[in-house]
Amino acid sequence: MSLERPPPHRAALEREHAHELLRQMLLIRRFEERTEELYAAGKIRGFLHLYIGEEAIAVGAMQSLAEEDAIVATYREHGHALARGVPAGAVMAEMYGKANGCSRGRGGSMHMFDGSRRFYGGHAIVAGGIPFAVGLALADKMQGRRHVTACFFGEGAMAEGEFHESMNLAALWRLPVLFLCENNLYAISTPLAAQESEPELHLKAHAYRVPSEAVDGMDVYAVETAVARAAAAVRRGDGPYFLELRTYRFRGHSMGDPQRYRAKEEIAEWEKRGPIVQFVDRLRRDGLLDDATLAAIERDVADEVAWSVEEAEGGPWEPVEDLEKDVYTPADG
Amino acid sequence: MAKLTYREAVRAAMREAMAADPRVFLMGEDVGRHGGAFAVSMGLLEEFGPERIRDTPLMESTFVGAGIGAAVGGMRPIVEVMTINFSLLALDQIVNTAAALRHMSGGQFSVPLVVRMASGGGRGLAAQHSHSLEGWFAHVPGIKVATPATVADAKGLLLAALADPDPVLVFEHATLYPLEGEDADDTPMALGRAAVRRAGEDVTLVAYGASVHKALAAAAALAAEEISAEVLDLRTLRPLDVEAIVSSVARTHRAVVVDEMWRTGSFAGEVAATIMEQAFDELDAPVARVASAEVPMPYAKPLEDAALPSAEQIAAAARALF
Ligand SMILES: Cc1ncc(C[n+]2csc(CCOP(=O)(O)OP(=O)(O)O)c2C)c(N)n1
Repeated sequence: MSLERPPPHRAALEREHAHELLRQMLLIRRFEERTEELYAAGKIRGFLHLYIGEEAIAVGAMQSLAEEDAIVATYREHGHALARGVPAGAVMAEMYGKANGCSRGRGGSMHMFDGSRRFYGGHAIVAGGIPFAVGLALADKMQGRRHVTACFFGEGAMAEGEFHESMNLAALWRLPVLFLCENNLYAISTPLAAQESEPELHLKAHAYRVPSEAVDGMDVYAVETAVARAAAAVRRGDGPYFLELRTYRFRGHSMGDPQRYRAKEEIAEWEKRGPIVQFVDRLRRDGLLDDATLAAIERDVADEVAWSVEEAEGGPWEPVEDLEKDVYTPADG
Repeated sequence: MAKLTYREAVRAAMREAMAADPRVFLMGEDVGRHGGAFAVSMGLLEEFGPERIRDTPLMESTFVGAGIGAAVGGMRPIVEVMTINFSLLALDQIVNTAAALRHMSGGQFSVPLVVRMASGGGRGLAAQHSHSLEGWFAHVPGIKVATPATVADAKGLLLAALADPDPVLVFEHATLYPLEGEDADDTPMALGRAAVRRAGEDVTLVAYGASVHKALAAAAALAAEEISAEVLDLRTLRPLDVEAIVSSVARTHRAVVVDEMWRTGSFAGEVAATIMEQAFDELDAPVARVASAEVPMPYAKPLEDAALPSAEQIAAAARALF
């Protein structure tokens, strides 16, 4: 089911907006390319799940969400954090485990949080963030706030019970949750066809009477438009909305994944219509981008990434004496 | 002080909290129309309406998770999980999110959530409705665990849990619901304070929840034999009142720890280890444990009785220390 309306942006979209979308997608791409190197250099430890290939979703979606809306994401959330405006320095410092990281080095790559931006993580139990999002939406509703809680998860999460329970509860209680499934076709190695008896994921929403759409997640405009429409419905109080955003991850599930489960040719095919090349081509065609502007954006992004690494390198370690801090709330709040 | 039941005391705490604070609400299975599986929330739907007394579908994991989200979103949810056994479906949310969120966000988010559930055996409900797993939860830093044994504590500890900024699990032993006793006075209770329920000089019986009453019965029996037993009610397992345990043992020099968990890995083991670490020189005998038999709870009454700690076993364990 879709609410047919003229796409609000496409026709009148200004240059500036297009450049901003491009800048954000490039920032995520270049930032993560740098983290690959830093991971190899041993600066970043643990798991590192890259978002490369999926940038159009976080960037397009955040454009259509308001400051007062809440975001819940997964362990693959660096892109979402950056697109939400969490400073790149705080994201990189978190990956280093430094005290100036957005979770003070307690969370790492999988647990980024920024309360000041209503960015609620950073959940690394597959589907575990979904009930949390439902609760945030319940709190908004009970307190009469017209906010949207946008909950990102992979298609793998849709096989978990909590996804179904959460859709049911959000629908029953008409909670303002925007369910955003990033369908990148694999849960680690397991292809969609081996995960879901109904691979048309958006259809599952019908079982809960939740309106849903399938969207080209490689097209930043398509994501932006669909999220704007869905968020408006949620904000009106119509209850939850479900979007299946179709995408592909260009890197392994996490660092060091030998990717025996898919062919190089398949990846190459998808890369040809990656969100950034696709967008750059389009802007060039439409006369909205020239070489000089692209180079300027790349320079700008490179500076920001370099700055983020400086922040992380220069950031302090939290003293080991503080090990047991932040387990409970201190008496003074 | 007025008399009321343990069940009424829990209800009174919820009513008081809801009347005082519009952020407090209750959700869980059958808490509204039915008044709760143990009739604890009877009448609250009529009094507070369906916005604040929310019947949920069967989805333990999700309604606990939603409670966490609602707590972070500014509410003060009370989530009722029908029994401790069903809380296992929500273990992930409790351990991986409620307990961890504050820490893994670098101190940005507290989770002022209260999860109440009925626990324990003794009601002929066999192997899937009789568990005592409080110690599993007490194992986890980031949450607090309360185990009220008395009517006053059923109210006071729940109010303390609701005033706490962090997630608190409250285990209401299901055999205690009909217990009658004195109401709590208006002094706010603190989490992490044990209470001496009977003073004694020769041995300390450490217990919590329904086992406190068995320990009191054992102490009465021992008194007839000139053994003066002190009964220490832990009241909360996390934070654990180590000082109260150590100071009691320092006076009595003997300890029996009573626990309805299975012996292996029981919370009693934690208490015994703590005594060993912090009061070894005070001990005149090894610390004894009385815990449940290592068997899924049997249905037949004689077998269930034999599986659970009894006053006789506690008294026998105490006698053996002399
Ligand atoms: C409950 C749970 N089970 C298993 C895992 C291990 N795991 C991490 S990511 C993942 C695949 C998830 O795939 P999907 O939801 O599609 O997201 P994607 O990684 O593709 O973004 C698995 C199995 C986990 N973190 N949590």
